[in-house]
Amino acid sequence: MSTSTVDTRVMLDNTTDDPTRRAPLVLNHNDFGFITDTVCGVVERKTPRAWYIAFAISLSLTGVLAVMVAYLVGVGIGVWGLQVPVAWGWAIVNFVFWVGIGHAGTLISAILFLLRQKWRTSINRFAEGMTIFAVACAGIFPGIHVGRIWVAYWLAPIPNQMQMWPNFRSPLLWDVFAVGTYATVSLLFWYMGMIPDLATLRDRATTKPRWLAYGLLSMGWRSSNRHWHRFEMAYLLLAALATPLVLSVHSVVSFDFAVSIIPGWHTTIFPPYFVAGAIFSGFAMVVTLVIPTRHFFHLEEIITLRHLENMSKIMLATGMMVGLAYSTEFFMAWYSGNHYEAFTFMNRAFGPYAWAYWIMVTCNVVVPQIFWFKKMRTNLVVMWIASILINVGMWFERFVIVVSSLSRDFLPTSWGYYRPSIVDILTFVGSFGLFFTLFLLFVRFLPIIGMAEVKGVMPAALHGEPGHGDYHGDITERSALRGGDR
Amino acid sequence: MTYDQPNTDAGGELYGYLVSFDSVDELLVGAETVRDAGYKDWDTHTPFVVHGLDAAMGVRPTILPYIVFLGGLTGTICGLLLQWYTNAFDYPFLISGKPIFSLPANIPVAFETTILFAAISALVGMLALNQLPQLYHPLHSNRMFKMATDDRFMISIEARDPLFDRSKTRQLLEALGGSEVEEVVG
Repeated sequence: MSTSTVDTRVMLDNTTDDPTRRAPLVLNHNDFGFITDTVCGVVERKTPRAWYIAFAISLSLTGVLAVMVAYLVGVGIGVWGLQVPVAWGWAIVNFVFWVGIGHAGTLISAILFLLRQKWRTSINRFAEGMTIFAVACAGIFPGIHVGRIWVAYWLAPIPNQMQMWPNFRSPLLWDVFAVGTYATVSLLFWYMGMIPDLATLRDRATTKPRWLAYGLLSMGWRSSNRHWHRFEMAYLLLAALATPLVLSVHSVVSFDFAVSIIPGWHTTIFPPYFVAGAIFSGFAMVVTLVIPTRHFFHLEEIITLRHLENMSKIMLATGMMVGLAYSTEFFMAWYSGNHYEAFTFMNRAFGPYAWAYWIMVTCNVVVPQIFWFKKMRTNLVVMWIASILINVGMWFERFVIVVSSLSRDFLPTSWGYYRPSIVDILTFVGSFGLFFTLFLLFVRFLPIIGMAEVKGVMPAALHGEPGHGDYHGDITERSALRGGDR
Repeated sequence: MTYDQPNTDAGGELYGYLVSFDSVDELLVGAETVRDAGYKDWDTHTPFVVHGLDAAMGVRPTILPYIVFLGGLTGTICGLLLQWYTNAFDYPFLISGKPIFSLPANIPVAFETTILFAAISALVGMLALNQLPQLYHPLHSNRMFKMATDDRFMISIEARDPLFDRSKTRQLLEALGGSEVEEVVG
């Protein structure tokens, strides 16, 4: 077995760039059994006490969410801090925040797959799971903010007692279709990629309940190459479908604002600006979750420092895009000569919500600048704190967009100042409880790293290439035809 | 110690032979040998996608992309028909002087339904072509086979293949230099 691309010394830092060799994606090991044992070990070992503590806290917060939603439904939307002119408060802020976080998973699994970024294999399962949990949290808010949630089915084209249909010329309805499709496709993608790994867990099962549960979930997968062939094609097709989908979802979310006539919302920059912000916040959330998880379950050799450094670089790049969007908005407010637009932006930066605006700028534009320095990109504590600050900043970005624009529109007589109520705050905190509850269940019961995919990018999986084993059959020619997918 | 699937059919009919290898290279050479010997009902089992194995086995390209295309096309048509029927035919209503039915306003929903239908076709099509879920299969009763999802590379030849011969097929597999050739029953 060739190990020419792996340094045999024990090492944990693979961030040095040497153009003559590929940086290893799995450190210190080149046997497939190591991946199986490490990743399955997370699920098979006795549940750590820390997990129970974390789960108890998350579950209690989920309970808080349930109580707050029940209170809202029972009493009415007045329990929130909403008041004209700000009729879209935290519910919509939280919705956009969670949907944005839910963008990193599909970016990593689909776009980086199409771009052949092999480092994605260690973190894609993790990010896809996070996507689904974030979208689940996001879905709650538009559902409950309609007030009379027992008629929320009016959003769907289902025949109802009014004999009317929803209005398909409204971006709010496009949103229902975009987010619904995104949730479904993300779930399919996540589950399909997990089938071979669930089969691994089935084959290692030591008790009948485990064997039955993983056996049913893996659908009798027998790792046949005739199956892998179609599986790989299905994966490629899903990636190709999910790529325009992920770009469309936050674009459609931004249409909710951009198609209206409110100054500060009615701009054409919104779709790309929202998508860049979504990827920015999504990567930040992946970093927030992955750093403790990899430490706690000793996955440092699979999710390496280089993976984290790459994610820091993406956060830097998308943070700069978001910064560019902020300045472009200001420029256009002045250059358009539109007084309302100009007022709105001056009001954002220096009006009653200036504090929120400057928190946003500090967290989203200033903080990521530290990632210009390699020392910071490879310092886990710095990276973890920065990722949390970025998510704070991204929440404030949505707050600034929603609230500052609505609170002071065309007529000074209808201006107001919005404050959330305690119910608003507890509902948001509760949504984090739901997110972490789902995440902890995932970590405990499902393979958190795509074992089959990581094995496929290890040096031992390579062949038909000079210096890699003794096989030089007719595959060399074929892989050249396929663009050399080594 | 792993949990063994209860095998009530032990001692039943011969399903075929199973042999396993340590490395990708041995498997590829073995797959070419079995392919060139002319077998049809045989397969390889690997813990991950081995590139080049399709050629070494002579697997023909799948028709899945056509299924997904048709699924996507169905989605586009359904999305457009849904919007036309509900907003322009069954209950036409005028909003802000916008046209009753115009493509630009109806593209976002049609796009989403296209992706939705195509993605579902990709998963369901893949499972259907692979004849999954198939919860019982003779191979699952073999203990060595459990390693095919871990770190071993295997070749199985089915007894129903016209070329299958208890001694000749065994000799062919033994010559490949893998593990001991095992009989799979069930």
